[in-house]
Amino acid sequence: MTEAQVLLLVLGLPFIGAVGIVLTRHRPNLREAVTLITASAVCALVLMIYGQFQAGTPFAVDIAEPLPGLLIRFEIEPLGMLFALVAGSLWLITSIYAIGYMRGHHEVNQTSFYAMFAIAIGSTLGAAFAGNLLTLFLCYEILTISTYPLVAHAGTAEARRGARTYIGILLATSIGLQLLAILITYAITGTLDFREGGILADKLDPAWAGLLLALYIFGIGKAAVMPFHRWLPAAMVAPTPVSALLHAVAVVKAGVFTVLKVTIYIFGTDFITQSGANDWIIWFAGATILLASLIAMRQDNLKMRLAYSTVSQLSYIVLGALLATNMSLLGGALHITMHAFAKITLFFAAGAILVAANKTLISDMGGLGRAMPITFGAFLVASLSIIGLPPFGGMWSKWYLGMGAVETGQWLLLTVLMISSLLNIAYLLPIPIRGFFGKTRDGTHYHHITEAPKSCLLAMALTSLACLLLFFYPDPFYQLALSAAGGQ
Amino acid sequence: MIEQHLSLLLVVIPLIAAPVTAMLPGRRLPWLFTLSVTWVCLLLASWQLSVVMNGSVISYELGGWAPPWGIEYRIDAMNALVAFIVAAIAAVTLPYALRSVEKEIPEYQTSLFYAAILLCLVGLLGIVQTGDVFNLFVFLEISSLSSYVLIAMGKQRRALTAAYQYLIMGTIGATFLLIGIGLIYAETGTLNMLDLNQRLQPIMEHRTVHTGFAFIVVGIALKLALFPLHLWLPNAYTYSPSVISVFLAATATKVAVYIMLRMVFTVFSSSLVVLTSYMFLVLGIVGVILPSISAIFQTDAKRLLAYSSIAQISYMVLGMGFASVLGLTATLVHVFNHALMKGALFMAIGAIVYRVGSSRLENFQGLGRQMPWTFSAILIAGLSLIGIPGTAGFISKWYLVLAALEQQSWLITGVILLGSLLAVIYVWKIVEIMFFRPVPETVIEVREAPASLLIPTWVLVSANLFFGFNTELTVDVAGTAVRLLGVTAP
Amino acid sequence: MIDIIFGHYNYWIVVVLMMAGFYTVISRGNLIKKIAGINIFQTSVFLLYISIGYVEKGTAPIIAEGYTVYSNPLPHVLILTAIVVGVATTALGLALVVRIKEAYGTIEEDEIHDQDMSL
Repeated sequence: MTEAQVLLLVLGLPFIGAVGIVLTRHRPNLREAVTLITASAVCALVLMIYGQFQAGTPFAVDIAEPLPGLLIRFEIEPLGMLFALVAGSLWLITSIYAIGYMRGHHEVNQTSFYAMFAIAIGSTLGAAFAGNLLTLFLCYEILTISTYPLVAHAGTAEARRGARTYIGILLATSIGLQLLAILITYAITGTLDFREGGILADKLDPAWAGLLLALYIFGIGKAAVMPFHRWLPAAMVAPTPVSALLHAVAVVKAGVFTVLKVTIYIFGTDFITQSGANDWIIWFAGATILLASLIAMRQDNLKMRLAYSTVSQLSYIVLGALLATNMSLLGGALHITMHAFAKITLFFAAGAILVAANKTLISDMGGLGRAMPITFGAFLVASLSIIGLPPFGGMWSKWYLGMGAVETGQWLLLTVLMISSLLNIAYLLPIPIRGFFGKTRDGTHYHHITEAPKSCLLAMALTSLACLLLFFYPDPFYQLALSAAGGQ
Repeated sequence: MIEQHLSLLLVVIPLIAAPVTAMLPGRRLPWLFTLSVTWVCLLLASWQLSVVMNGSVISYELGGWAPPWGIEYRIDAMNALVAFIVAAIAAVTLPYALRSVEKEIPEYQTSLFYAAILLCLVGLLGIVQTGDVFNLFVFLEISSLSSYVLIAMGKQRRALTAAYQYLIMGTIGATFLLIGIGLIYAETGTLNMLDLNQRLQPIMEHRTVHTGFAFIVVGIALKLALFPLHLWLPNAYTYSPSVISVFLAATATKVAVYIMLRMVFTVFSSSLVVLTSYMFLVLGIVGVILPSISAIFQTDAKRLLAYSSIAQISYMVLGMGFASVLGLTATLVHVFNHALMKGALFMAIGAIVYRVGSSRLENFQGLGRQMPWTFSAILIAGLSLIGIPGTAGFISKWYLVLAALEQQSWLITGVILLGSLLAVIYVWKIVEIMFFRPVPETVIEVREAPASLLIPTWVLVSANLFFGFNTELTVDVAGTAVRLLGVTAP
Repeated sequence: MIDIIFGHYNYWIVVVLMMAGFYTVISRGNLIKKIAGINIFQTSVFLLYISIGYVEKGTAPIIAEGYTVYSNPLPHVLILTAIVVGVATTALGLALVVRIKEAYGTIEEDEIHDQDMSL
């Protein structure tokens, strides 16, 4: 097979898988086998592509030319490779988890769940490999729409309301602001290609750069920069595997990934720093980091707390992009990986608690850790990684982000990062502590509660192990992030 | 031989077929005959389009009388494109018609119904083919009269009042057009479009020409349902038989847009365009926003789509208002794409009406799971209406916004995007009711619509997707057409 | 001034008829009267065309000894077509009114409106 065919195959597989899932809808075992096989195949293909890509093979394929001179084009570059590795490998793990969760929780309409899930991952991979801004936007919108039924999965009035907020904010920002920004970019430059050093330098009056950048940052609603973050907590009505993979990894990371792409390849880091485009918008990211952490502290619902934590963590990456130095971009890109593995573990744990103990409120979880040690152990590991303590992967991204802030002399932002780390400790660590050492409210002991289904435990174990491994061997991701950040 | 008379045949074939159809007995026979006629028309229209696609012009002298005395059929890329849309929509609608008409039209009216459809087709194709303004008026009245009849054949009695209302407003519009044509004829002594263009140039400042221009523009605006002259449209689309909603929504207003473009840019051109462009822009802005808001509050799916049509027409009017190459390209591309999306949407709603017997949204609850194919068709065509990338609607929006940006018109850029957001709300209203409301317990099991309704629907839905990725036909032909219109502004 | 009023009397008649017809269409609630209004409105346009075609001291356009000035026949021919269209419109309109009367039992606009909140 040629490189182009491999690329098409990996992009098409999830969609073929979705069709297969629908066709086997009457036989749950077969259907889930299809999911697992597709996910494994995608994971293997992504790893294979990674191997060849590192060896220097270029991957690119043109699909169509909807507008003169504007192609639907897929092309692999380091940042996209990094994102695809994260999304591809975590889909496999989440699929394992989802089977245990969906069966354990007796969810309805599982077929449409697995099918839409596959489509969502397909479009995420499409976004990762997008070769120009138009293609990226296309995949971004397919991702929005394909995840809508997943959010509204429960079908209750509450789920419908949450899903309406979800699709409303994401479509409104993408059409109202992001599409406008893309059109302005095209009107000015006549191209939407991703180029080293950006396409806007020399073409755009620096005075307007800040405004255009703001249109992008807020228009990419999936990056959840305040005040356009409401959709993420609203999406928590979805089943936990959805929250885990889509709203901790695929969807939100597609957002910040787009932010990184735009800053690196559309604006170009030099243009951003020289024009001062990031002057004020960067404070929105800074404020989001702090405010979302503060809100997270006040949430008693575990998934809501994790959602606000995600909002806060996403702005780390936006901040890294906006600082626009090699170090900060490296940190931002690395944080895509580090946060993904840690946050998915946290969500897995939250789902496991729901399935095994049927609890969603943190205040009810006292002493639960003694009944579910593996779940809470994984939660602790992931929390430490999010906080950024060694020996966990999260340390590296925070380290480079901090370096970026120091490099640009943004001491106030460095302070923001430090305070936020403290806040992370304050809202994450009490949960496992209460789980292991706390007492139940009414003093009963959990005899009847045992650990979550085995496939859930396996998934959690894998991701928390990854958090640890990424501290010692961050190399593959580090190399990709470094070359994306322009360090080589 | 055929190629020579291609342009005429496109009008004459359905014209001769119409009375024949009226005499055929039964249900199947008239349908089959009409179906074959529309397919022949589609064939001829595609042939014609392929001939003029490269920018050449077909000039056909009716009866051998040389223009400007005889009637000339003058086909360039724009005529051919619109004729293709009309013929294609007719050809896709007819297979759909069989089952739907069986359900909605009594048997003794069936052959007359199909004859009226053919007459309407004659009128619409004639308007597009002719190069003579009076001939255009006559064809306009043929299409209008037959569409009044067709609308009145709806099952509810309100179809009658809707048709009457349309008849009054349509006749006023057509008479205005007639007055305008009379006035410019008095000034120039010619009815040939090109000849008019030549002779009007030196006398463009005459008050009679201005008056004639005003009458013509207002007359067409009534046919176009240009906001605020749109009052006839919601009722007409809501109460007409499903097939007619599809056919009229996808073709009639598009042809009116064509007339407007021809009159303003070919017949009058230059200096007067400036007068209209402000009017078009202002009406376009209001016309995008207010009908979109009205659409949100509708409780009937067909009515909702009708209001959405008014808003979408306003997009085309905005494109005309820019009077630039990009703007007019956007208008023509949207004429094409909107025919695809509204055709698909009205077909899908018609399929629901076929099964449920009503187009009121309260009866749509939970249908998404029972009629998955119909539901997906509504979803995809709806996304196209919003302008999500990967659909045809995105292409039109893209050009329209580029045209607005080119003129640095931030207000209009904002309005276009706001219109898309409002479209999100009204499309999602249908989607949510269909997919996420539980089925009321009183309702018995509803089956998926029959294949003869689904296949034409999905042909249009696939076209929505296809033309979202491949724009060789739409954008290129529209570009050629605009070049031939002689617009010189950037 | 006199010339404006009397020299163009045909146009004045056209304008008066046109406005009278148009006003009737808009103001009357009776569906038959609306159609009558439309008819007057259209007739004024027919007159407009016919008077455009008239050439002072011209005769019918038949080639004959001693006549050199002819009226322009084209507007007359055009208006023949328009008259046909007008008749068709009137017929259809009246047919619709009959059907409306059957369905609603009235041809008054406001009463129909009361019955189903449309029109």
